[in-house]
Amino acid sequence: MNMRNNKISLLGSKGFRTYAVVLVYIVLMGIFMITAPRAFLDYKIYMAFLSTIPFSLVMALGLTFVIIAGEIDLSFTSVMAFSGFIFTYIFIHTGSTILAFIASLTAGLVAGFINGIIIAKVKVPSIIATLGTQFFWAGLAVVISSGRSLIINEIRPSFMYRIFVGRIGGIVPAQAVWAFGLAIILGFILNKHRFGESAMFIGDNRDTAKMMGVNVDKTLIQIFMLSGVLAAFASVLLACEMVTWWATQGPGFLLITIAAVFIGGTSIYGGEGTIFGTVVGAFIIGSITAGIVASGVGGFWTQLVVGLVLLIAVFINTFVSRRGR
Amino acid sequence: MMNNSKNLVEMKNIHKCFGKVVALKGVDFQVGNNEIVGLIGDNGAGKSTLIKILSGVYPPTRGEIYIRGEKISNRRYSVRKAHELDIETVYQEKALGEKQSLWRNIFIGRQISNFFGFIDIKKEKEETDKIMKELIGFRGVGVSADSSVGKLSGGERQGIAIGRAMYFNANLIILDEPTAALSAKEVSKVLNFIRKIKESGRSCIYITHHIADTYSVSDRFVFIDRGEIIGEYKKSEISLEEITEKLLMVSAGNSGKEIANEYEKQ
Repeated sequence: MNMRNNKISLLGSKGFRTYAVVLVYIVLMGIFMITAPRAFLDYKIYMAFLSTIPFSLVMALGLTFVIIAGEIDLSFTSVMAFSGFIFTYIFIHTGSTILAFIASLTAGLVAGFINGIIIAKVKVPSIIATLGTQFFWAGLAVVISSGRSLIINEIRPSFMYRIFVGRIGGIVPAQAVWAFGLAIILGFILNKHRFGESAMFIGDNRDTAKMMGVNVDKTLIQIFMLSGVLAAFASVLLACEMVTWWATQGPGFLLITIAAVFIGGTSIYGGEGTIFGTVVGAFIIGSITAGIVASGVGGFWTQLVVGLVLLIAVFINTFVSRRGR
Repeated sequence: MMNNSKNLVEMKNIHKCFGKVVALKGVDFQVGNNEIVGLIGDNGAGKSTLIKILSGVYPPTRGEIYIRGEKISNRRYSVRKAHELDIETVYQEKALGEKQSLWRNIFIGRQISNFFGFIDIKKEKEETDKIMKELIGFRGVGVSADSSVGKLSGGERQGIAIGRAMYFNANLIILDEPTAALSAKEVSKVLNFIRKIKESGRSCIYITHHIADTYSVSDRFVFIDRGEIIGEYKKSEISLEEITEKLLMVSAGNSGKEIANEYEKQ
Protein backbone atom coordinates (compact mmCIF):
# COMPACT_ATOMS: atom_id res chain seq x y z
CA MET A 1 0.00 0.00 0.00
CA ASN A 2 2.74 2.35 1.02
CA MET A 3 4.81 1.49 -2.00
CA ARG A 4 1.88 2.01 -4.28
CA ASN A 5 1.29 5.45 -2.87
CA ASN A 6 4.91 6.37 -3.30
CA LYS A 7 4.87 5.22 -6.86
CA ILE A 8 1.81 7.22 -7.68
CA SER A 9 3.11 10.36 -6.08
CA LEU A 10 6.40 9.97 -7.94
CA LEU A 11 4.68 9.47 -11.27
CA GLY A 12 2.16 12.16 -10.57
CA SER A 13 4.64 14.81 -9.60
CA LYS A 14 5.40 17.45 -12.17
CA GLY A 15 9.04 16.74 -11.51
CA PHE A 16 8.75 13.34 -13.11
CA ARG A 17 7.85 14.74 -16.50
CA THR A 18 10.94 16.87 -16.38
CA TYR A 19 13.05 13.84 -15.53
CA ALA A 20 11.36 11.90 -18.30
CA VAL A 21 12.27 14.42 -20.97
CA VAL A 22 15.85 14.69 -19.74
CA LEU A 23 16.01 10.91 -19.76
CA VAL A 24 14.76 10.80 -23.35
CA TYR A 25 17.50 13.25 -24.31
CA ILE A 26 20.21 11.28 -22.53
CA VAL A 27 19.09 8.03 -24.15
CA LEU A 28 19.03 9.69 -27.56
CA MET A 29 22.51 11.13 -27.07
CA GLY A 30 23.71 7.75 -25.83
CA ILE A 31 22.42 6.10 -29.00
CA PHE A 32 24.11 8.70 -31.18
CA MET A 33 27.37 8.39 -29.29
CA ILE A 34 27.33 4.67 -30.02
CA THR A 35 26.16 4.90 -33.63
CA ALA A 36 28.18 7.99 -34.56
CA PRO A 37 31.02 8.20 -32.05
CA ARG A 38 33.23 10.34 -34.24
CA ALA A 39 30.68 13.12 -34.43
CA PHE A 40 29.09 12.83 -31.01
CA LEU A 41 32.21 12.46 -28.92
CA ASP A 42 33.56 15.67 -30.40
CA TYR A 43 32.55 18.96 -28.82
CA LYS A 44 32.09 20.60 -32.24
CA ILE A 45 28.73 19.00 -32.90
CA TYR A 46 27.43 20.45 -29.63
CA MET A 47 28.65 23.88 -30.71
CA ALA A 48 26.76 23.30 -33.96
CA PHE A 49 23.61 22.54 -31.94
CA LEU A 50 24.15 25.73 -29.98
CA SER A 51 24.25 27.69 -33.21
CA THR A 52 21.19 26.13 -34.90
CA ILE A 53 18.78 25.29 -32.09
CA PRO A 54 18.32 28.81 -30.62
CA PHE A 55 16.09 29.98 -33.50
CA SER A 56 13.37 27.46 -32.84
CA LEU A 57 14.05 27.49 -29.11
CA VAL A 58 13.38 31.23 -28.83
CA MET A 59 10.06 30.76 -30.61
CA ALA A 60 9.25 27.66 -28.57
CA LEU A 61 9.55 29.75 -25.38
CA GLY A 62 6.69 32.01 -26.47
CA LEU A 63 4.70 29.08 -27.77
CA THR A 64 5.00 27.41 -24.37
CA PHE A 65 3.05 30.27 -22.82
CA VAL A 66 0.46 30.09 -25.60
CA ILE A 67 -0.10 26.36 -25.16
CA ILE A 68 -0.11 26.60 -21.36
CA ALA A 69 -2.93 29.13 -21.73
CA GLY A 70 -4.86 26.49 -23.68
CA GLU A 71 -4.36 28.15 -27.08
CA ILE A 72 -2.21 27.52 -30.12
CA ASP A 73 -0.20 29.81 -32.37
CA LEU A 74 0.40 28.62 -35.93
CA SER A 75 1.45 32.04 -37.19
CA PHE A 76 4.75 32.58 -35.39
CA THR A 77 6.95 31.30 -38.21
CA SER A 78 5.23 33.63 -40.65
CA VAL A 79 5.68 36.45 -38.16
CA MET A 80 9.33 35.45 -38.14
CA ALA A 81 9.50 35.65 -41.93
CA PHE A 82 7.74 39.01 -42.00
CA SER A 83 9.69 40.66 -39.18
CA GLY A 84 12.91 39.20 -40.59
CA PHE A 85 12.08 40.95 -43.82
CA ILE A 86 11.52 44.20 -41.93
CA PHE A 87 14.87 43.76 -40.20
CA THR A 88 16.91 43.10 -43.34
CA TYR A 89 15.04 45.62 -45.48
CA ILE A 90 15.48 48.45 -42.99
CA PHE A 91 19.11 47.51 -42.39
CA ILE A 92 19.81 47.56 -46.14
CA HIS A 93 18.11 50.92 -46.59
CA THR A 94 19.33 52.75 -43.50
CA GLY A 95 22.45 50.87 -42.44
CA SER A 96 21.20 51.09 -38.85
CA THR A 97 21.05 47.80 -36.99
CA ILE A 98 19.30 49.42 -34.03
CA LEU A 99 16.55 50.88 -36.17
CA ALA A 100 16.13 47.59 -38.02
CA PHE A 101 16.03 45.69 -34.74
CA ILE A 102 13.41 47.96 -33.15
CA ALA A 103 11.26 47.91 -36.29
CA SER A 104 11.44 44.14 -36.45
CA LEU A 105 10.41 43.65 -32.83
CA THR A 106 7.61 46.17 -33.31
CA ALA A 107 6.36 44.18 -36.29
CA GLY A 108 6.36 41.05 -34.11
CA LEU A 109 4.48 42.82 -31.34
CA VAL A 110 1.89 44.18 -33.76
CA ALA A 111 1.38 40.76 -35.36
CA GLY A 112 0.95 39.21 -31.91
CA PHE A 113 -1.42 41.96 -30.88
CA ILE A 114 -3.57 41.30 -33.94
CA ASN A 115 -3.66 37.58 -33.11
CA GLY A 116 -4.58 38.42 -29.54
CA ILE A 117 -7.42 40.74 -30.52
CA ILE A 118 -8.89 38.23 -32.96
CA ILE A 119 -8.72 35.46 -30.37
CA ALA A 120 -9.56 37.26 -27.10
CA LYS A 121 -11.99 39.90 -28.31
CA VAL A 122 -13.53 38.55 -31.52
CA LYS A 123 -13.47 35.06 -29.92
CA VAL A 124 -12.22 33.24 -33.00
CA PRO A 125 -10.61 29.93 -31.95
CA SER A 126 -6.84 30.38 -32.00
CA ILE A 127 -6.19 27.47 -34.35
CA ILE A 128 -8.24 29.17 -37.08
CA ALA A 129 -7.23 32.73 -36.28
CA THR A 130 -3.52 31.96 -36.38
CA LEU A 131 -3.89 29.75 -39.44
CA GLY A 132 -5.30 32.82 -41.15
CA THR A 133 -2.58 35.14 -39.92
CA GLN A 134 0.02 32.51 -40.79
CA PHE A 135 -0.98 32.74 -44.45
CA PHE A 136 -1.35 36.50 -44.23
CA TRP A 137 2.11 37.36 -42.84
CA ALA A 138 3.91 34.79 -44.96
CA GLY A 139 2.02 36.04 -48.00
CA LEU A 140 2.76 39.66 -47.19
CA ALA A 141 6.47 38.87 -46.85
CA VAL A 142 6.48 37.17 -50.25
CA VAL A 143 4.51 39.95 -51.93
CA ILE A 144 6.60 42.87 -50.68
CA SER A 145 9.89 41.07 -51.28
CA SER A 146 8.65 39.78 -54.64
CA GLY A 147 9.93 36.46 -53.39
CA ARG A 148 13.56 37.56 -53.63
CA SER A 149 16.11 36.89 -50.93
CA LEU A 150 17.95 39.74 -49.25
CA ILE A 151 21.64 39.41 -48.45
CA ILE A 152 23.16 41.51 -45.68
CA ASN A 153 26.88 40.82 -45.75
CA GLU A 154 27.42 44.40 -44.59
CA ILE A 155 26.09 43.44 -41.15
CA ARG A 156 29.14 41.30 -40.32
CA PRO A 157 31.34 44.10 -38.93
CA SER A 158 28.50 45.53 -36.82
CA PHE A 159 28.33 45.41 -33.05
CA MET A 160 24.90 43.78 -33.19
CA TYR A 161 26.21 40.96 -35.34
CA ARG A 162 28.87 40.21 -32.75
CA ILE A 163 26.62 40.29 -29.72
CA PHE A 164 23.82 38.29 -31.36
CA VAL A 165 25.63 35.64 -33.37
CA GLY A 166 29.33 36.09 -32.67
CA ARG A 167 31.37 33.24 -31.23
CA ILE A 168 32.27 33.75 -27.58
CA GLY A 169 35.90 32.84 -27.12
CA GLY A 170 35.84 31.93 -30.75
CA ILE A 171 33.77 28.83 -29.93
CA VAL A 172 30.39 29.33 -28.25
CA PRO A 173 27.66 30.83 -30.46
CA ALA A 174 26.26 33.98 -28.87
CA GLN A 175 22.69 33.17 -29.94
CA ALA A 176 22.74 30.25 -27.51
CA VAL A 177 23.49 32.64 -24.65
CA TRP A 178 20.55 34.82 -25.72
CA ALA A 179 18.24 31.83 -25.98
CA PHE A 180 19.29 30.48 -22.57
CA GLY A 181 19.06 33.94 -21.02
CA LEU A 182 15.53 34.36 -22.36
CA ALA A 183 14.65 30.86 -21.18
CA ILE A 184 15.79 31.66 -17.64
CA ILE A 185 13.91 34.95 -17.55
CA LEU A 186 10.75 33.44 -19.02
CA GLY A 187 11.05 30.47 -16.68
CA PHE A 188 10.96 32.89 -13.76
CA ILE A 189 8.04 34.74 -15.30
CA LEU A 190 6.10 31.54 -15.82
CA ASN A 191 6.60 30.30 -12.28
CA LYS A 192 6.97 33.37 -10.15
CA HIS A 193 5.20 36.19 -11.94
CA ARG A 194 1.49 37.00 -11.97
CA PHE A 195 1.58 36.86 -15.76
CA GLY A 196 2.74 33.23 -15.80
CA GLU A 197 0.28 32.26 -13.10
CA SER A 198 -2.54 33.88 -15.04
CA ALA A 199 -1.52 31.92 -18.15
CA MET A 200 -1.67 28.67 -16.19
CA PHE A 201 -5.10 29.38 -14.74
CA ILE A 202 -6.48 30.52 -18.10
CA GLY A 203 -5.38 27.21 -19.60
CA ASP A 204 -6.59 25.23 -16.64
CA ASN A 205 -10.05 26.66 -16.11
CA ARG A 206 -10.94 29.89 -17.84
CA ASP A 207 -14.08 30.42 -15.74
CA THR A 208 -12.12 30.10 -12.52
CA ALA A 209 -9.52 32.53 -13.78
CA LYS A 210 -12.21 35.05 -14.70
CA MET A 211 -14.07 34.64 -11.43
CA MET A 212 -10.90 35.09 -9.41
CA GLY A 213 -10.18 38.39 -11.07
CA VAL A 214 -7.71 37.43 -13.80
CA ASN A 215 -8.07 39.73 -16.77
CA VAL A 216 -8.36 36.88 -19.26
CA ASP A 217 -8.61 38.90 -22.47
CA LYS A 218 -5.72 41.18 -21.61
CA THR A 219 -3.50 38.28 -20.57
CA LEU A 220 -4.27 36.37 -23.77
CA ILE A 221 -3.38 39.39 -25.89
CA GLN A 222 -0.13 39.77 -23.97
CA ILE A 223 0.69 36.09 -24.45
CA PHE A 224 0.26 36.35 -28.22
CA MET A 225 2.33 39.53 -28.22
CA LEU A 226 5.05 37.64 -26.38
CA SER A 227 4.91 34.91 -29.00
CA GLY A 228 5.09 37.56 -31.75
CA VAL A 229 8.00 39.49 -30.30
CA LEU A 230 10.00 36.31 -29.68
CA ALA A 231 9.37 35.24 -33.28
CA ALA A 232 10.71 38.63 -34.36
CA PHE A 233 13.76 38.23 -32.13
CA ALA A 234 14.39 34.77 -33.60
CA SER A 235 14.15 36.31 -37.06
CA VAL A 236 16.86 38.83 -36.20
CA LEU A 237 19.12 36.08 -34.86
CA LEU A 238 18.47 34.01 -37.98
CA ALA A 239 19.08 36.92 -40.36
CA CYS A 240 22.36 37.71 -38.61
CA GLU A 241 23.54 34.10 -38.50
CA MET A 242 22.71 33.44 -42.15
CA VAL A 243 23.41 37.03 -43.30
CA THR A 244 20.45 36.35 -45.54
CA TRP A 245 16.73 36.70 -45.41
CA TRP A 246 14.59 34.49 -47.60
CA ALA A 247 10.84 34.54 -47.99
CA THR A 248 10.14 30.89 -47.31
CA GLN A 249 12.15 30.59 -44.12
CA GLY A 250 9.09 30.04 -41.92
CA PRO A 251 7.57 26.63 -42.69
CA GLY A 252 10.71 24.65 -41.85
CA PHE A 253 10.53 25.87 -38.27
CA LEU A 254 6.81 25.48 -37.60
CA LEU A 255 6.36 21.82 -36.78
CA ILE A 256 9.71 21.28 -35.06
CA THR A 257 9.00 24.20 -32.73
CA ILE A 258 5.53 22.92 -31.85
CA ALA A 259 6.98 19.42 -31.37
CA ALA A 260 9.67 20.81 -29.05
CA VAL A 261 7.04 22.28 -26.74
CA PHE A 262 5.03 19.05 -26.59
CA ILE A 263 8.09 16.86 -26.13
CA GLY A 264 8.99 19.18 -23.26
CA GLY A 265 5.86 18.09 -21.44
CA THR A 266 3.59 21.09 -21.89
CA SER A 267 0.03 19.83 -21.81
CA ILE A 268 -2.06 20.07 -24.97
CA TYR A 269 -5.00 20.60 -22.60
CA GLY A 270 -3.36 23.70 -21.15
CA GLY A 271 -2.73 24.65 -17.56
CA GLU A 272 0.71 23.14 -17.15
CA GLY A 273 4.13 23.09 -18.71
CA THR A 274 7.69 24.12 -18.02
CA ILE A 275 10.24 26.26 -19.80
CA PHE A 276 12.93 23.77 -18.83
CA GLY A 277 11.02 21.01 -20.62
CA THR A 278 10.73 23.18 -23.72
CA VAL A 279 14.49 23.83 -23.73
CA VAL A 280 15.23 20.12 -23.54
CA GLY A 281 12.51 19.43 -26.13
CA ALA A 282 14.11 21.90 -28.54
CA PHE A 283 17.47 20.20 -28.05
CA ILE A 284 16.00 16.76 -28.62
CA ILE A 285 14.40 17.85 -31.90
CA GLY A 286 17.46 19.84 -32.95
CA SER A 287 19.83 16.96 -32.28
CA ILE A 288 17.92 14.31 -34.15
CA THR A 289 18.66 15.53 -37.67
CA ALA A 290 22.38 15.89 -37.03
CA GLY A 291 22.47 12.62 -35.16
CA ILE A 292 20.78 10.66 -37.90
CA VAL A 293 22.91 12.10 -40.65
CA ALA A 294 26.08 11.51 -38.62
CA SER A 295 25.00 7.95 -37.84
CA GLY A 296 24.99 7.30 -41.54
CA VAL A 297 21.38 6.10 -41.61
CA GLY A 298 20.50 8.78 -44.09
CA GLY A 299 18.49 11.98 -43.83
CA PHE A 300 15.35 10.23 -45.02
CA TRP A 301 14.93 8.83 -41.54
CA THR A 302 14.81 12.19 -39.81
CA GLN A 303 11.07 12.78 -39.89
CA LEU A 304 10.32 9.23 -38.92
CA VAL A 305 12.52 9.48 -35.84
CA VAL A 306 11.18 12.91 -34.87
CA GLY A 307 7.69 11.45 -35.11
CA LEU A 308 8.62 8.49 -32.94
CA VAL A 309 10.25 10.65 -30.29
CA LEU A 310 7.25 12.98 -30.23
CA LEU A 311 4.87 10.06 -29.83
CA ILE A 312 6.97 8.52 -27.06
CA ALA A 313 7.17 11.84 -25.21
CA VAL A 314 3.47 12.54 -25.52
CA PHE A 315 2.71 8.98 -24.49
CA ILE A 316 4.80 9.40 -21.33
CA ASN A 317 3.13 12.69 -20.53
CA THR A 318 -0.38 11.40 -21.05
CA PHE A 319 0.39 8.34 -18.97
CA VAL A 320 1.88 10.44 -16.18
CA SER A 321 -0.99 12.88 -16.01
CA ARG A 322 -3.54 10.08 -15.97
CA ARG A 323 -1.75 8.36 -13.11
CA GLY A 324 -1.38 11.64 -11.27
CA ARG A 325 -5.13 12.24 -11.07
CA MET B 1 -30.43 56.10 1.72
CA MET B 2 -30.13 54.12 4.92
CA ASN B 3 -32.22 51.35 6.26
CA ASN B 4 -32.10 50.95 10.00
CA SER B 5 -32.41 47.19 10.06
CA LYS B 6 -29.63 45.21 11.72
CA ASN B 7 -29.45 42.74 8.86
CA LEU B 8 -26.35 42.17 6.77
CA VAL B 9 -28.43 41.75 3.64
CA GLU B 10 -31.97 42.89 2.93
CA MET B 11 -33.56 42.11 -0.40
CA LYS B 12 -36.96 43.68 -0.85
CA ASN B 13 -39.64 42.87 -3.39
CA ILE B 14 -37.19 41.37 -5.85
CA HIS B 15 -38.59 40.58 -9.28
CA LYS B 16 -36.65 38.94 -12.05
CA CYS B 17 -37.90 38.20 -15.52
CA PHE B 18 -36.02 36.48 -18.32
CA GLY B 19 -37.99 37.57 -21.35
CA LYS B 20 -41.48 36.29 -20.62
CA VAL B 21 -40.37 33.85 -17.95
CA VAL B 22 -40.85 35.22 -14.46
CA ALA B 23 -38.20 33.67 -12.22
CA LEU B 24 -38.81 35.72 -9.07
CA LYS B 25 -42.10 37.33 -8.08
CA GLY B 26 -41.52 39.87 -5.33
CA VAL B 27 -39.12 38.05 -3.04
CA ASP B 28 -38.20 39.45 0.38
CA PHE B 29 -35.06 37.88 1.74
CA GLN B 30 -32.75 38.72 4.63
CA VAL B 31 -29.49 37.47 6.05
CA GLY B 32 -28.56 38.50 9.59
CA ASN B 33 -25.10 39.02 11.00
CA ASN B 34 -23.37 35.75 11.84
CA GLU B 35 -26.33 33.81 10.54
CA ILE B 36 -26.38 30.66 8.44
CA VAL B 37 -29.43 30.70 6.20
CA GLY B 38 -30.55 27.53 4.50
CA LEU B 39 -32.24 28.44 1.24
CA ILE B 40 -34.41 25.50 0.32
CA GLY B 41 -36.35 24.84 -2.82
CA ASP B 42 -36.85 22.45 -5.65
CA ASN B 43 -34.94 22.65 -8.91
CA GLY B 44 -36.06 25.72 -10.80
CA ALA B 45 -37.69 27.27 -7.73
CA GLY B 46 -35.61 30.42 -8.05
CA LYS B 47 -32.82 29.76 -5.52
CA SER B 48 -30.01 30.28 -7.94
CA THR B 49 -31.60 33.31 -9.56
CA LEU B 50 -31.96 34.94 -6.16
CA ILE B 51 -28.34 34.40 -5.15
CA LYS B 52 -27.03 35.36 -8.55
CA ILE B 53 -28.74 38.70 -8.10
CA LEU B 54 -27.17 39.02 -4.66
CA SER B 55 -23.72 38.10 -5.97
CA GLY B 56 -23.97 40.66 -8.74
CA VAL B 57 -24.15 38.24 -11.67
CA TYR B 58 -27.30 39.89 -12.97
CA PRO B 59 -29.46 42.81 -11.86
CA PRO B 60 -33.02 42.36 -10.62
CA THR B 61 -35.80 43.50 -12.93
CA ARG B 62 -37.32 45.31 -9.96
CA GLY B 63 -36.70 45.52 -6.22
CA GLU B 64 -34.21 46.85 -3.71
CA ILE B 65 -31.06 45.45 -2.16
CA TYR B 66 -29.57 46.79 1.07
CA ILE B 67 -26.21 45.65 2.31
CA ARG B 68 -25.34 46.64 5.89
CA GLY B 69 -28.29 48.99 5.68
CA GLU B 70 -27.01 50.77 2.61
CA LYS B 71 -29.00 50.75 -0.58
CA ILE B 72 -27.24 49.26 -3.59
CA SER B 73 -27.75 50.69 -7.03
CA ASN B 74 -29.20 47.86 -9.11
CA ARG B 75 -27.64 49.21 -12.24
CA ARG B 76 -24.13 49.56 -10.89
CA TYR B 77 -24.07 46.36 -8.88
CA SER B 78 -21.63 43.74 -10.17
CA VAL B 79 -19.60 40.73 -9.07
CA ARG B 80 -16.70 43.05 -8.40
CA LYS B 81 -18.89 45.35 -6.32
CA ALA B 82 -20.17 42.35 -4.37
CA HIS B 83 -16.57 41.38 -3.61
CA GLU B 84 -15.89 44.92 -2.41
CA LEU B 85 -18.84 44.54 -0.07
CA ASP B 86 -17.31 41.28 1.21
CA ILE B 87 -19.84 38.99 -0.46
CA GLU B 88 -18.30 35.92 -2.09
CA THR B 89 -20.00 33.10 -3.90
CA VAL B 90 -18.46 29.67 -4.21
CA TYR B 91 -19.59 27.97 -7.39
CA GLN B 92 -18.96 24.31 -7.36
CA GLU B 93 -17.43 23.75 -10.77
CA LYS B 94 -15.81 27.13 -11.21
CA ALA B 95 -14.08 27.41 -7.88
CA LEU B 96 -10.57 26.11 -8.50
CA GLY B 97 -7.92 25.43 -11.13
CA GLU B 98 -7.47 21.63 -11.09
CA LYS B 99 -3.84 21.40 -12.14
CA GLN B 100 -2.57 24.21 -9.95
CA SER B 101 -1.23 24.03 -6.44
CA LEU B 102 -3.36 25.02 -3.47
CA TRP B 103 -1.33 28.15 -2.74
CA ARG B 104 -1.77 29.37 -6.32
CA ASN B 105 -5.49 28.70 -6.07
CA ILE B 106 -5.83 30.64 -2.84
CA PHE B 107 -4.05 33.72 -4.15
CA ILE B 108 -4.86 33.79 -7.87
CA GLY B 109 -6.07 37.27 -8.76
CA ARG B 110 -4.96 38.63 -5.37
CA GLN B 111 -1.32 37.58 -5.25
CA ILE B 112 1.15 38.77 -2.68
CA SER B 113 3.55 40.30 -5.17
CA ASN B 114 6.17 43.00 -5.41
CA PHE B 115 6.15 46.14 -7.50
CA PHE B 116 7.21 44.22 -10.62
CA GLY B 117 4.50 41.61 -10.25
CA PHE B 118 6.73 38.82 -8.97
CA ILE B 119 4.94 36.63 -6.47
CA ASP B 120 6.21 36.08 -2.94
CA ILE B 121 5.83 32.31 -3.15
CA LYS B 122 7.19 31.60 0.32
CA LYS B 123 4.73 33.98 1.94
CA GLU B 124 1.80 32.65 -0.10
CA LYS B 125 2.63 29.09 0.93
CA GLU B 126 2.87 30.06 4.59
CA GLU B 127 -0.47 31.84 4.45
CA THR B 128 -2.01 28.84 2.68
CA ASP B 129 -0.82 26.55 5.46
CA LYS B 130 -2.38 28.91 7.99
CA ILE B 131 -5.66 28.99 6.10
CA MET B 132 -5.78 25.22 5.97
CA LYS B 133 -4.97 24.73 9.63
CA GLU B 134 -6.52 27.69 11.36
CA LEU B 135 -9.41 28.90 9.24
CA ILE B 136 -10.93 25.70 7.99
CA GLY B 137 -9.34 23.03 10.19
CA PHE B 138 -8.05 21.08 7.23
CA ARG B 139 -6.98 17.59 8.18
CA GLY B 140 -6.54 16.09 4.74
CA VAL B 141 -3.82 13.47 5.05
CA GLY B 142 -0.74 14.31 3.05
CA VAL B 143 -2.18 17.53 1.68
CA SER B 144 0.15 20.51 1.70
CA ALA B 145 0.17 23.98 0.21
CA ASP B 146 2.09 22.48 -2.71
CA SER B 147 -0.45 19.77 -3.52
CA SER B 148 -2.43 20.27 -6.68
CA VAL B 149 -6.18 20.60 -6.45
CA GLY B 150 -6.59 17.49 -8.60
CA LYS B 151 -5.47 15.42 -5.61
CA LEU B 152 -8.16 16.72 -3.29
CA SER B 153 -11.52 15.13 -2.67
CA GLY B 154 -14.67 17.04 -3.58
CA GLY B 155 -15.29 18.09 0.01
CA GLU B 156 -11.72 19.30 0.45
CA ARG B 157 -12.05 21.42 -2.67
CA GLN B 158 -15.06 23.15 -1.19
CA GLY B 159 -13.00 23.68 1.94
CA ILE B 160 -10.24 25.42 0.00
CA ALA B 161 -12.73 27.65 -1.79
CA ILE B 162 -14.45 28.49 1.50
CA GLY B 163 -11.10 29.08 3.22
CA ARG B 164 -10.07 31.41 0.42
CA ALA B 165 -13.28 33.41 0.79
CA MET B 166 -12.80 33.62 4.56
CA TYR B 167 -9.16 34.64 4.24
CA PHE B 168 -10.08 37.52 1.98
CA ASN B 169 -12.55 38.74 4.58
CA ALA B 170 -15.77 37.68 2.94
CA ASN B 171 -18.45 38.49 5.45
CA LEU B 172 -21.14 36.63 3.59
CA ILE B 173 -20.22 33.40 1.84
CA ILE B 174 -22.78 32.01 -0.56
CA LEU B 175 -22.54 28.29 -1.23
CA ASP B 176 -24.53 27.16 -4.24
CA GLU B 177 -25.17 23.41 -3.96
CA PRO B 178 -21.71 22.70 -2.55
CA THR B 179 -22.54 19.08 -1.79
CA ALA B 180 -24.43 18.15 -4.94
CA ALA B 181 -21.82 15.71 -6.22
CA LEU B 182 -20.33 14.50 -2.96
CA SER B 183 -20.33 11.29 -0.95
CA ALA B 184 -21.77 11.29 2.57
CA LYS B 185 -18.32 11.48 4.13
CA GLU B 186 -17.39 14.47 1.98
CA VAL B 187 -20.68 16.19 2.77
CA SER B 188 -19.89 16.05 6.46
CA LYS B 189 -16.57 17.78 5.73
CA VAL B 190 -18.36 20.59 3.94
CA LEU B 191 -20.81 20.93 6.82
CA ASN B 192 -17.82 21.31 9.13
CA PHE B 193 -16.47 24.08 6.95
CA ILE B 194 -19.83 25.82 7.21
CA ARG B 195 -19.63 25.55 11.02
CA LYS B 196 -16.22 27.23 10.75
CA ILE B 197 -17.86 30.08 8.87
CA LYS B 198 -20.30 30.49 11.74
CA GLU B 199 -17.61 30.22 14.44
CA SER B 200 -15.58 32.97 12.79
CA GLY B 201 -18.52 35.36 13.05
CA ARG B 202 -19.44 35.40 9.36
CA SER B 203 -22.69 34.72 7.60
CA CYS B 204 -23.54 32.13 5.00
CA ILE B 205 -26.29 31.32 2.56
CA TYR B 206 -26.37 27.60 2.00
CA ILE B 207 -28.33 26.47 -1.00
CA THR B 208 -29.28 22.86 -1.34
CA HIS B 209 -32.14 20.50 -1.75
CA HIS B 210 -30.66 18.09 0.78
CA ILE B 211 -32.73 19.09 3.74
CA ALA B 212 -31.02 16.97 6.35
CA ASP B 213 -27.66 18.57 5.56
CA THR B 214 -28.89 22.08 5.79
CA TYR B 215 -30.85 21.37 8.95
CA SER B 216 -27.76 20.49 10.93
CA VAL B 217 -25.92 23.74 10.21
CA SER B 218 -28.47 26.46 9.47
CA ASP B 219 -29.94 28.95 11.92
CA ARG B 220 -32.92 29.76 9.76
CA PHE B 221 -34.63 28.20 6.76
CA VAL B 222 -36.20 30.00 3.86
CA PHE B 223 -38.43 28.08 1.47
CA ILE B 224 -38.71 29.25 -2.06
CA ASP B 225 -41.08 27.83 -4.63
CA ARG B 226 -41.91 29.00 -8.12
CA GLY B 227 -40.27 32.34 -7.55
CA GLU B 228 -41.92 33.10 -4.23
CA ILE B 229 -40.93 32.77 -0.59
CA ILE B 230 -43.44 30.37 0.90
CA GLY B 231 -42.13 30.08 4.42
CA GLU B 232 -39.42 31.15 6.83
CA TYR B 233 -38.58 29.36 10.06
CA LYS B 234 -36.00 29.64 12.77
CA LYS B 235 -34.43 26.36 13.72
CA SER B 236 -36.25 26.40 17.05
CA GLU B 237 -39.60 26.70 15.30
CA ILE B 238 -39.44 23.67 13.09
CA SER B 239 -38.19 20.09 13.16
CA LEU B 240 -36.42 18.26 10.39
CA GLU B 241 -39.51 16.13 9.80
CA GLU B 242 -41.73 19.17 9.46
CA ILE B 243 -39.37 20.77 6.98
CA THR B 244 -39.20 17.63 4.91
CA GLU B 245 -42.94 17.27 4.96
CA LYS B 246 -43.42 20.88 3.97
CA LEU B 247 -41.08 20.62 1.07
CA LEU B 248 -42.73 17.40 0.00
CA MET B 249 -46.08 19.12 -0.03
CA VAL B 250 -44.99 22.13 -2.04
CA SER B 251 -43.13 20.07 -4.55
CA ALA B 252 -45.93 17.56 -4.98
CA GLY B 253 -47.05 19.65 -7.91
CA ASN B 254 -43.47 19.97 -9.13
CA SER B 255 -41.20 17.01 -9.54
CA GLY B 256 -41.15 15.81 -5.97
CA LYS B 257 -39.67 12.41 -6.60
CA GLU B 258 -36.20 13.25 -5.47
CA ILE B 259 -37.40 14.70 -2.21
CA ALA B 260 -39.72 11.76 -1.63
CA ASN B 261 -36.75 9.45 -1.97
CA GLU B 262 -34.79 11.58 0.43
CA TYR B 263 -37.68 11.40 2.90
CA GLU B 264 -37.85 7.64 2.64
CA LYS B 265 -34.16 7.35 3.45
CA GLN B 266 -34.66 9.25 6.66
